[in-house]
Amino acid sequence: MAVMEATLPRRIITTPTAGPLAALVLACVFFAVNSDQFLTGGNFSLIIQQVMVVGTLAIGQTLIILTAGIDLSNGAIMAFGGIVMTKLAVGSGLPPLLAVAAGLAVCAAFGLANGLLVTRISLPPFIVTLGMLNVVFALTHIYSEDQTVTDLPSALTFLGQTFRVGGTNVTYGSLLTILLFLLFAYLLGYTAWGRHVYALGNSQEVARLTGIRTQRLTVGVYTVAGLVYGIAALLLVSRTGVGDPQAGQTDNLDSITAVVLGGTSLFGGRGLVLGTLIGALIVGVFRNGLQLMGVPSIYQTLITGILVILAVAVDQLSRRRTR
Amino acid sequence: MTPVLQARGLVKRYGHVVALDGADFDLMPGEVLAVIGDNGAGKTSLIKALTGALQPDEGQILLDGKPVRIRDPLEARRLGIETVYQELAVAASLDISTNMFLGRELRKPGPLGSIFRMLDKKRMREESAKHMADLKIGLRSLTQPVESLSGGQRQGVAVARAVAWASHVVVMDEPTAALGVKESGQVLDMIKRVRDRGMPVVLISHNMPHVFEIADRIHVQRLGRRVAQIKPGDHSMAEVVAIMTGALQVSEGKSVVTDKDAAEAIGL
Repeated sequence: MAVMEATLPRRIITTPTAGPLAALVLACVFFAVNSDQFLTGGNFSLIIQQVMVVGTLAIGQTLIILTAGIDLSNGAIMAFGGIVMTKLAVGSGLPPLLAVAAGLAVCAAFGLANGLLVTRISLPPFIVTLGMLNVVFALTHIYSEDQTVTDLPSALTFLGQTFRVGGTNVTYGSLLTILLFLLFAYLLGYTAWGRHVYALGNSQEVARLTGIRTQRLTVGVYTVAGLVYGIAALLLVSRTGVGDPQAGQTDNLDSITAVVLGGTSLFGGRGLVLGTLIGALIVGVFRNGLQLMGVPSIYQTLITGILVILAVAVDQLSRRRTR
Repeated sequence: MTPVLQARGLVKRYGHVVALDGADFDLMPGEVLAVIGDNGAGKTSLIKALTGALQPDEGQILLDGKPVRIRDPLEARRLGIETVYQELAVAASLDISTNMFLGRELRKPGPLGSIFRMLDKKRMREESAKHMADLKIGLRSLTQPVESLSGGQRQGVAVARAVAWASHVVVMDEPTAALGVKESGQVLDMIKRVRDRGMPVVLISHNMPHVFEIADRIHVQRLGRRVAQIKPGDHSMAEVVAIMTGALQVSEGKSVVTDKDAAEAIGL
């Protein structure tokens, strides 16, 4: 039986993250050449701060897309989580850490609700999360009475504080984001749970027939994603210093952009969460670099759009070749 | 000899449709038993009942002579009944050893496994290589994704997985239906090797030449029940087809023509 040898070069080429990584490196080289402010520690620290909220949302989005689902409600859930944390901490006199815990729990509960609707009533994830987007958006505005919550206790803004690494200020939030990516890279790549997520995304029927409890797994994925959105809410609050009911309105699509740019297939079962980090950084590097070059922001959006279409086209073409 | 897997009087109704109408089933140790029948004869329902994919309304299933209730496919697997499906039931983007151990992963010894739940990929690869070698499925690398394999090789992975975990029975539902001629031959050879290791096999197939090539006995299903159990050597293919369609009936080992026109039409 003739079998393609999985040599190292071939494995690198077929790894879906190779392309995005190359794109990221090329973009960095391009901007380093065209702007002398680009290649500094402070600028990179800024880029990471700018992408950490969407990047964290995109971790949850990656989990869901790997199961062949999609989540349009993550930005809205994050905004609601942020309002819950800040209102409880400021208005109700609840200890700040309990307020944060409550916000995380609320976000996880919305994830759970998404998961239950997707599995128990077999609704398409697109529709469930589109509905949830509107529900949560409305709840956010009702609960917050359209008021921005200010004067936050320091426990809620701690992640926005910095520590110095070799002359560069890095926020604790950036560190937390990176650690979250590493945690989920480990869970997806080195635990049975992660393997099952991929199997589910390949084919729900195959996963079921091999004895994986697909419904429980799906609900778990949506719930864990919800919890991650809660962490994103805390990152957002600590970065902006307020609880903002208007926050995160395009973050759902931005998180999908990061996932897709990172080489994860929208059809499920293929991709890496570290690819999503690269995808988020690609967006961040382009925004930042173009800004440094003085390119108007609307062109940043234009280029991001083109990149997304390119990424999906590459995914489609590579899938066609392996079939 | 006690049959390994047995069913008595299985009934399954869907509204007015009777899929199983008192079906019996006997699988003896170490044999390849082919299950054949026309479309709608209840083959699939029978196999689903035996592998936990559906619950019969009436009747009894016995494993090693003891009554069992198989509530779902997971329960069937726990009882040592493994199934290979026709639609190449492997996760395409995952590698061979991950597929072999899907749902039954091995974790590293010590705290890495118990606390950090880390998979023991090396041991899973080694054991997969052993299982694949036992069935003489030659693959150079166990780390390549299954989608890079041919259909026959993919089915080989599914068969090797079933054999590795089955303690009682391997059920194969049309394992060659999605394959070409050469690859079908490879899968048939695999089935023989499974039998040679003493593992009984239930083979559901439409393909008469395949059935005659490897089955020790044939279970003929018709109108929701077993109408004959025969040995391939005792009957011609045409006769077996006639039994399947009801043109012939078997009683006490002899064939009786019940539908003369139909029997003549197929050249008996």
